Amino acid sequence: MTDDAILLETRGLKKNYGAVVALRSGDISVRAGEIHALMGANGAGKSTLVKVLTGDVTPNAGTIRLEGREVRFNSPANARKAGLASVYQDVSLVPLLTVAQNLRLTGTTMAAIRPWLEELELGDVDLAEYARDLPTPTLHLLDLAQALASLPRLLILDEVTATLPADLSERVFRVARRWRDEGRSVVLISHRMTEVKALCDRATVLRDGSTVGVVDLASSGQEEIVSLMLGPAAASVVVSEGAVADTAPAPKVDPSPAVEVRGLRSGLLQDVSFTLRRGEVLGIVALEAQGQADLFECLSGNRRPDAGEILVQGKTRRFRHPHEAIGAGLVLVPADRALALLRQRSVLENIALPMVNQLKRWGLINTRAERKRVKAATDRLEIDTRAGSRVMRLSGGNQQKVTIARWLATGFVTLLCFDPTRGIDIRTKEQIYRVLRELAASGSAVLLFTSELPEIQLACDRALVMFGGRVVAELTAHDATEAALLRAAHGLERGATGPAEAAS
Amino acid sequence: MSAQAIARPRVAPNVARLLRRNAWTLGTYGLFVAVMIFTVAIHPNYGPFEVQSLVVGALPLAFAAVAEACVVLGGGIDLSIGAMMAVANVVAARYMNHHDFQTAILVSVLVLVGGTLAGALNGVIALRTRVPDIVVTLAMSFVWGGVALLILPQPGGGAPDGFLALASGNVLTPWIPAGIVLLIVVVGAIWIPVKLSRIGLALYAVGSDRTAAFRRGVRIGPTRVFSYALGGFFAACGGLALLMSTGIGSPLAGTIYTLSAISAIVLGGVSLAGGRGGVMGPIIAALVLTMVPADLILSGTDPNFGQVIQGTLIVLVVMAGGLAPLLRSRRRAIVPGASSG
Repeated sequence: MTDDAILLETRGLKKNYGAVVALRSGDISVRAGEIHALMGANGAGKSTLVKVLTGDVTPNAGTIRLEGREVRFNSPANARKAGLASVYQDVSLVPLLTVAQNLRLTGTTMAAIRPWLEELELGDVDLAEYARDLPTPTLHLLDLAQALASLPRLLILDEVTATLPADLSERVFRVARRWRDEGRSVVLISHRMTEVKALCDRATVLRDGSTVGVVDLASSGQEEIVSLMLGPAAASVVVSEGAVADTAPAPKVDPSPAVEVRGLRSGLLQDVSFTLRRGEVLGIVALEAQGQADLFECLSGNRRPDAGEILVQGKTRRFRHPHEAIGAGLVLVPADRALALLRQRSVLENIALPMVNQLKRWGLINTRAERKRVKAATDRLEIDTRAGSRVMRLSGGNQQKVTIARWLATGFVTLLCFDPTRGIDIRTKEQIYRVLRELAASGSAVLLFTSELPEIQLACDRALVMFGGRVVAELTAHDATEAALLRAAHGLERGATGPAEAAS
Repeated sequence: MSAQAIARPRVAPNVARLLRRNAWTLGTYGLFVAVMIFTVAIHPNYGPFEVQSLVVGALPLAFAAVAEACVVLGGGIDLSIGAMMAVANVVAARYMNHHDFQTAILVSVLVLVGGTLAGALNGVIALRTRVPDIVVTLAMSFVWGGVALLILPQPGGGAPDGFLALASGNVLTPWIPAGIVLLIVVVGAIWIPVKLSRIGLALYAVGSDRTAAFRRGVRIGPTRVFSYALGGFFAACGGLALLMSTGIGSPLAGTIYTLSAISAIVLGGVSLAGGRGGVMGPIIAALVLTMVPADLILSGTDPNFGQVIQGTLIVLVVMAGGLAPLLRSRRRAIVPGASSG
């Protein structure tokens, strides 16, 4: 095994989708015969880098060199021919074809794939079954077997283990080790730090779409990766802490709970219990796909939990429809503004939408009262309504404020915010934090999921960290430093303040 | 590692699964048989002549349905099928008129080539301009509708008797109409090789999930153009069949076939979302859709009311078809992980 033989090297890979920069400067250098981890917080650009490497998307700038020769892939088939095969985060088997037909599409012969099916213990899978009818973990392993069958020099595994139970993950690792031992290379993307530490030789860390460092895992530890993912402290704190503290009075803990969640199970949620009190902003921190989305969907009535209960102001509620959650005072500000807004309609209509039921008079909407309440809400949030005839013309920040203003105008007890500041400018973020603090001070309860860790100390009173569908740590705002949150979110160790059970 | 030592993955045929996967097609056959029984019941003298006229009447719709199925299976839709049929129909009627059988065959070949190119053009426009295919083909339907009127402003033209006999004659016995043989031969000669080749697999893959197909190495663009070209070919067949069944060219007769073809494929188990179904279901559905109005007239129902019944039938059949997968998924949810590897 020659240590210095570079198999793949990229320089300055860049990809933007319209105005959104997904990858700013992706540099990665993979040696022959190593397992190389690709790490980074949510939205750091890991998946985009993988897609660029495998020809799934074409980069706007930058170069890819394979064994010193510059290459360009315009499709995954192309990349596969050059020896790069990938297993994507989302399954890429065509659902309405049988497994055998899927294999035929890639030109994978039975003779080539059979050893790998056996290696991954898939010998008893019925290849005449439609891909759609097989469970997701099996499909992921089939995808892997098919990638292996082309004997790629570089195998890329994008969060494959996220959806796999532990025993199946072990099969994947076994193959990865074997690949390394045969002098080929593997790029592994995983949020699980322990997994990376146990399996990989080196790690490339991405932050905000750029490569910020390469770590030798044999000689250095988790701390170095965490600090690289965080970046220089000065750069990550976007708002001075004073900005929020000035306007927000010290939170007085109202004894009455707004929402209590007990043993909730649904989708990725394993067993979650916590209490959200009036007068507080409770932060939720989690990496991608740890169950946070299911939690918010259950609370907002978009999804029925499999088990557990939701108590709203002491009473057990089972929401069958968002309408019922709204009636109980639980309102949602989703991450995707396009889901919340009628993009073609005006600011007025968007804000007034949920309150039409309250303003009906003889079946018609009382437009005077409507305008008054909308005006109050837009003033409070300082929404720039000059382009208000169509919400789609507003900036992202103003659009997000409209979704919050809607609930201000309608009235609520508990505000559920799912990553409300994603892709929003700093000033607007600051305004949103301030509004959240004010709402809490006036007796509302706010549940805030955020993928930007500094927000916890800026806007929240305490924070719950979720990992693998469970609450693994509870931290007070004071203790919820980025490093502590990130460590807990990777499932590394319990938070300093004690176990999650303390929440209830 | 020796491949022999390894257990061979099971690819054995599975009767229950075959039945389940083709349930809709079988249901369509069942519907056909039921309607047939009803027809014979109200029409005691049902004989070769009636079979003959059913096939002749259904032939253009059957081709139109196959044409639409080719496009829809590939994840697209073509609203210009009927208009392309009209052009094929009037071109054939105009240039075959007063000529012999050989010329008629030559004209047919040219019409089929033209139809294929016209279909491919739809695909290329939709692909290049990124205008949704429903808009492109709607626009093209007006273009072809106009072209048909330019070629033959009034119904007219004709074709040699030998050519007409391809549909209206019979093979061996009066009970086997030539039309059905023509349909089976033409569709079989094109569809079976397509279905068995990689391009056919690619067509279903693109219709089922474009992203996954792309990642599997399917070239999306050429595959989509191919599905439209195939649609154009069968639309041209439909235009020729229309000439065979009516004996003259008519610039407006084709247009109704677009919506009828969509009805037939829906009834025949082709998912409008793409990727699911085949061509046999739509062909049988075309026969059913031809029989129902005739039966209603025979049984003395107001023809206008017949339309209501036809529409209701489509909704009911599709509803029933949607119920089965729903029940199956419920059952699976109760017994999770039954087929886990």
